[in-house]
Amino acid sequence: MKKYLIILFVLLGFYGFSQQKIRGVVYENTEDDKNLPLLGVNVLWEGTTEGTQTDINGKFELDYRENAQLVFSFVGMRTETVAVTRGQELTVILYPDNMIEAIVIERKKANLSRNKASALNVTTISSGELLKAACCNLSEAFETNPSIDVNFSDAVTGNKQIRMLGLNSPYILIAEENIPAVRGASQATGLNFIPGTWVESIQVTKGAGSVVNGYESISGQINYELLKPMNDIPLFVNAYASTDSRYELNTHINKKVSDKWATTLFLHGNTRTSEKDMNHDHFLDNPLGKQINVLNRWQYTNAEKGWVSFLNLRYMNDEKQSGSVYFDKDRDKLTTNYWGSEILTEKMDASAKVGYVFPDAPWKSFGFQNSFNSHNQDSYFGLREFNIHQKSFYSNLIYNSILSNTLHKFSTGLNFTYDGYDEQVDNLSGTTMTDFSRKDNSVGTFFEYTYDNNDDFSLVAGVRLDNHNRLGTFVTPRIHTRYTPWAGGTLKASVGRGVRSANIFAENQHLFASSREFKILNTGGKIYGLDPEVAWNYGVSVMQNFKLFGKNAEVIADFYRTDFENQVVVDLYANPQEVLFYNLDGSSFANSFQLEFNYEITHHFNIRTAYKYYDIQTDYLNGRDSKPLQAKHRFFANIGYETHVTDKGKQWKFDWTMNVLGKQKLPYTGSNPLAYQAREFSETLTLMNAQVTHSFSPVFEVYVGGENITNYQQDNAIIDAHNPFGTYFDSSMIYGPVFGSMYYVGLRFKIDK
Amino acid sequence: MKQLILILALVFSFASGQAQEKKDAKKKKNVEHVISVNGNCEMCKKRIEKAAYSVKGVKSAQWHQDHQDMHVIIDETKTSIDEVHQAVAKAGHDTKKAKADDKTYEKLHHCCQYERLKDN
Repeated sequence: MKKYLIILFVLLGFYGFSQQKIRGVVYENTEDDKNLPLLGVNVLWEGTTEGTQTDINGKFELDYRENAQLVFSFVGMRTETVAVTRGQELTVILYPDNMIEAIVIERKKANLSRNKASALNVTTISSGELLKAACCNLSEAFETNPSIDVNFSDAVTGNKQIRMLGLNSPYILIAEENIPAVRGASQATGLNFIPGTWVESIQVTKGAGSVVNGYESISGQINYELLKPMNDIPLFVNAYASTDSRYELNTHINKKVSDKWATTLFLHGNTRTSEKDMNHDHFLDNPLGKQINVLNRWQYTNAEKGWVSFLNLRYMNDEKQSGSVYFDKDRDKLTTNYWGSEILTEKMDASAKVGYVFPDAPWKSFGFQNSFNSHNQDSYFGLREFNIHQKSFYSNLIYNSILSNTLHKFSTGLNFTYDGYDEQVDNLSGTTMTDFSRKDNSVGTFFEYTYDNNDDFSLVAGVRLDNHNRLGTFVTPRIHTRYTPWAGGTLKASVGRGVRSANIFAENQHLFASSREFKILNTGGKIYGLDPEVAWNYGVSVMQNFKLFGKNAEVIADFYRTDFENQVVVDLYANPQEVLFYNLDGSSFANSFQLEFNYEITHHFNIRTAYKYYDIQTDYLNGRDSKPLQAKHRFFANIGYETHVTDKGKQWKFDWTMNVLGKQKLPYTGSNPLAYQAREFSETLTLMNAQVTHSFSPVFEVYVGGENITNYQQDNAIIDAHNPFGTYFDSSMIYGPVFGSMYYVGLRFKIDK
Repeated sequence: MKQLILILALVFSFASGQAQEKKDAKKKKNVEHVISVNGNCEMCKKRIEKAAYSVKGVKSAQWHQDHQDMHVIIDETKTSIDEVHQAVAKAGHDTKKAKADDKTYEKLHHCCQYERLKDN
């Protein structure tokens, strides 16, 4: 691309020309490199429409102006700007504007992108990726991302659990717009109460993560951002129906009230109406239920002054019923007629965030976040009741700025949290309830320093100091580094410490659907008699981009180790009729290795594959053993293909995902009678999902898909289903889908102004 | 007596000169400047920005290849935009106010050798 130069000949006005005029000639440079005078060239003072035009000889004359520039423009020629000084005689040559209209190839941001520049091991999942999952709420949004393992819902609660680095979701800090959200009473169920259509993007961080959001993250952090009213479209409607009788409706209504205020009303409803029992064990494969979920968001943005504010008000009511197909909740509740379970959840949230960015110093900002939550769960599983009501308050004040320049950033702040639990648990079916009500509060401060040498190295080093009435006073330092040794290569390493209190009943409530007695073996600690969970997480990640047959490919290898200083061990090996909770005595660690290979055959045709290896072992009472219901080897593959969007907005999208799970060790049932024993290991299972979407126009699209297309069903999912009030009943040993193949259809309707 | 008047006059003019300087030196801590800097590729971006950051008082520096300009925010009590021009030119990149030394320009990686404005 040749650059065209201006050749300026400046002659001093010595010939008695009046010093108050600017004169000159404008030439056109032709294809055979001749300079010809050009008529009609606009000669204007910069930033104005005042000036003159050249005459037939290319000449012009203007009155002099101080400290101004003249702009010479003519159609088809490259515009030139010249600064003038007193008494100048100008000669300007204009060259043809041959620059090809820069075809803006709008490289659509990949749906799933690893953030290479960050020192943290972060992957961003965009809304495009969320559309690929069958459904419906956040717990199902990770099915196409290999870094998070989505496990299977048990037949009773219908909740899908997620895992990172092999560790269950309680060890992941899940935050909504940087405010910890899924925790405490909602730990196991919270993700199911966030509709997928509300989410704008999700950031998944492997390893301990940043100290800014809290001290509780051990294996990772998940932060999801909701749609912002200022950027949203006026109307969005999504309807969904599936062969497992699940129906959903989402409606978003958005209004820009003024240039500074915008609001969106999110409405969600879902229901499952009919009873399905595909494996004929007389137990429902999926819970019946209904949910209503409403969120109203307000956003205030004043870009010139630098203020941004969000206000959220939310209400959710969810009812689930499961158990025997003959169970009638009005007639059989808490009786031995038939085994049934109901989980009734009601949530209310109010949160407000205010941010201020200094207009002349954009690296300096304040943020003040406040959130009040009420989460009530009233439930029973057969004869066993479990009620937990939690009221929480969270407040965080953050200040961001730089030390000397933007290569050295820091973040610091103060944090306050309060949790009031009203909790009653029935340890053993049909006996008395034990009260575990308590109040928790903590105060903390943090400091995080980010260094980027603008070249090949960056570092995030943070430390938190917190004082919690049950966890004590403790420090959680974390450090993340990134180094780019050569083009396309990235090396990351991190070390971090996390501390949390285990809400043993809320986190393990799926175990209530069994005959197991819940026993807590320690009494000295402050959290149900147990001690805080403390762990160190170390990890390295190596990434390399390269060209394979001329196309973009990347290889990523991650290795992480989580080492528990103390863990609340959930022991399913000691006795099939018990679940024991005790402080770790010995070691407990989780090693996870992930190897990913991603290949971009065309920009619209992507293949992702991953192999994961987990080695998770704990010292139980009976000795060291590997974690139950955890596959050592997992393999993941995803193929996505999209056609070009036509002028009318038509497009086809195809997506296929496969997961292969190696054998998993099952909880011990050796002391049960032979008929009620599970095998020691499950078999290897292969699962497939696929989805086809067709957009008829930018306004309307339809999608069809299937989950578990190979129709895998776990046999013998429930131990002793015929005798649910007996000693051997256990419906919690789920290692694969119970339901079989499921097909669904949905539509999305948008009005974009 | 004449001498005294002369000295007084000198002092007075000197003092008024100083006062004048104080009046128009209202230096601010965060001032944004946009300066044009020539460069060719992403490699140049690192070099240009690094040169800007090396000047004490430069808080933020972002060079944009498509506009061939750099947005700089400086603390005017610590440095001036001219120092930034000099630092960038020293690294081998021409700006409107400062030109790189020919030797430094020749040493740049060939993809970085932007076309230089020749003015006599």
